[in-house]
Amino acid sequence: MTQLAYLAAAVAFIVGIKRLGSPRTARSGNLVASVGMLLAVVVTLVAQDIVDWGVVGAGAAVGAAVGVLWARTVAMTDMPQMVAALNGLGGVASALVAGAELSTVSEPTALPFEAQGTILFSLAVGSLTFTGSLVAFGKLQGIVSGAPLVYRGQAVVNSTVTVAAGGLAVAALAFGNAPAFWALAGIALLIGVLMVLPIGGADMPVVVSLLNSLSGLAAAGTGFAIGNQALVIGGALVGSTGLILTVQMCDAMNRSLVNVLFGAFGSADEVAAGATSDQEVRRATPDDVAISMAYAERVVIIPGYGLAVAQAQHEVRKLAKELENRGVEVEYAIHPVAGRMPGHMNVLLAEADVPYEQLIDLDDANADLARTDVALVLGANDVVNPSARDDTTSPIFGMPIIEADRAKAVVVVKRSLSPGYAGVDNPLFYDDRTLMYFQDARKAIAEMTEALTLV
Amino acid sequence: MSAELVTGITVFVLATAVGLELITKVPPTLHTPLMSGANAISGITIVGAVTAAGVGHGGAATVLGLLAVIAATVNVVGGFLVTDRMLEMFRTERRSPR
Repeated sequence: MTQLAYLAAAVAFIVGIKRLGSPRTARSGNLVASVGMLLAVVVTLVAQDIVDWGVVGAGAAVGAAVGVLWARTVAMTDMPQMVAALNGLGGVASALVAGAELSTVSEPTALPFEAQGTILFSLAVGSLTFTGSLVAFGKLQGIVSGAPLVYRGQAVVNSTVTVAAGGLAVAALAFGNAPAFWALAGIALLIGVLMVLPIGGADMPVVVSLLNSLSGLAAAGTGFAIGNQALVIGGALVGSTGLILTVQMCDAMNRSLVNVLFGAFGSADEVAAGATSDQEVRRATPDDVAISMAYAERVVIIPGYGLAVAQAQHEVRKLAKELENRGVEVEYAIHPVAGRMPGHMNVLLAEADVPYEQLIDLDDANADLARTDVALVLGANDVVNPSARDDTTSPIFGMPIIEADRAKAVVVVKRSLSPGYAGVDNPLFYDDRTLMYFQDARKAIAEMTEALTLV
Repeated sequence: MSAELVTGITVFVLATAVGLELITKVPPTLHTPLMSGANAISGITIVGAVTAAGVGHGGAATVLGLLAVIAATVNVVGGFLVTDRMLEMFRTERRSPR
């Protein structure tokens, strides 16, 4: 009976994830999955011989209070860090459950060998997910520097730690040595930090996706350890979700996962190598931009990370409304890695009440850019860099871009001419049809809207 | 290998296949809520946490269990609620002025 209830919960997760995949059903999908979760918890409380109600109740009360408060108050711009932190909490919870299971016996050998193996797996993956997510959180929140951290002897440190982890795993399983289990958990905590610290802030969409996948794997591992299929199914679903998003994010940057994890992309050396150009740019005033947009038939807005940093999504919406009132067709072309996590830019624009069907993806955007009068690039750089398409020697060659340069005119709002995080110069900025306006995105857009009302 | 482990692996592989099949076609617009929703589902480990904390092991197991309950509850409650908050914003289509 209990097992059937867990199966029902697992089915609810599957249905929920399926419905999360379509805009019309997404909200109900989330509800279905949460009902499945509630069912699983209630069944556990009934079926297990719970005696320490106080402990369970206190833990749940604290957790629920924190969860409600956090979910209600978090700013949409901070969503990537929240998801990163939640990944970490899921991971650490799985590791702790595995640890608790281990500590119920005096020696690990009292458990079946398979249980020892799955406990070890869950301890390691959960711990690594925890600290990796904390570092990702720190980078996204700005507590830890977003720059990729590289240091001398990094390779030596990494290989030493990896070998130590392997040795401990063997010792734990071959000799049933309890301290080796705990030591491996400890070293996994260290590996999580070492793994994410060297990764640049702009690669965070990949990292958050990967940690999401790992938190699922940790849950599935714990499911094996305690013999609960609901955890196995739920964990497997999350593991595959995270995996697909990881692959899609890597594709969107035309880089392999290995390159993202170990490439330290955008580190100081590469930036120094790329960022030199003495070409002239055409500078624009807000009035120039307002006039060119006011008489356009179609304007495509290409938002980038700079827009999110400036929290300018509401200003953009005002500008778009002003244009729409003048009969200009406005759409938003969104690159898959435009924000700091997959789909982040869409959430920010949705928050500003941008209608969902005005958000178009890369392929649709490129199909229509040739018949676009003005492409307005807001705080984006690498994702509109024509070098990725034309210059086989460019470090970002092959990365899918939004082809802003196909539009009849381009306006780029950027704080300065500094290169993007890839450290590559952008020929789009020096194009004859490009107007540059150097300003904070939020200020710039407000000025343009103001100027537009006067045209 | 025990029959139980084989069953577990079978379930895991099948669930992964279902997951991969379901997610591949999700539009980019929904990637963030999809991830936070999936993230909440990974909090299913709360079931194990409740058991570890509640069945009266005492000592380290109960302490670890309590910490697990706290972490997993934040994961589940925070994850589902924030996903709902995001998805609520996506229902703004008919407000389009056109």
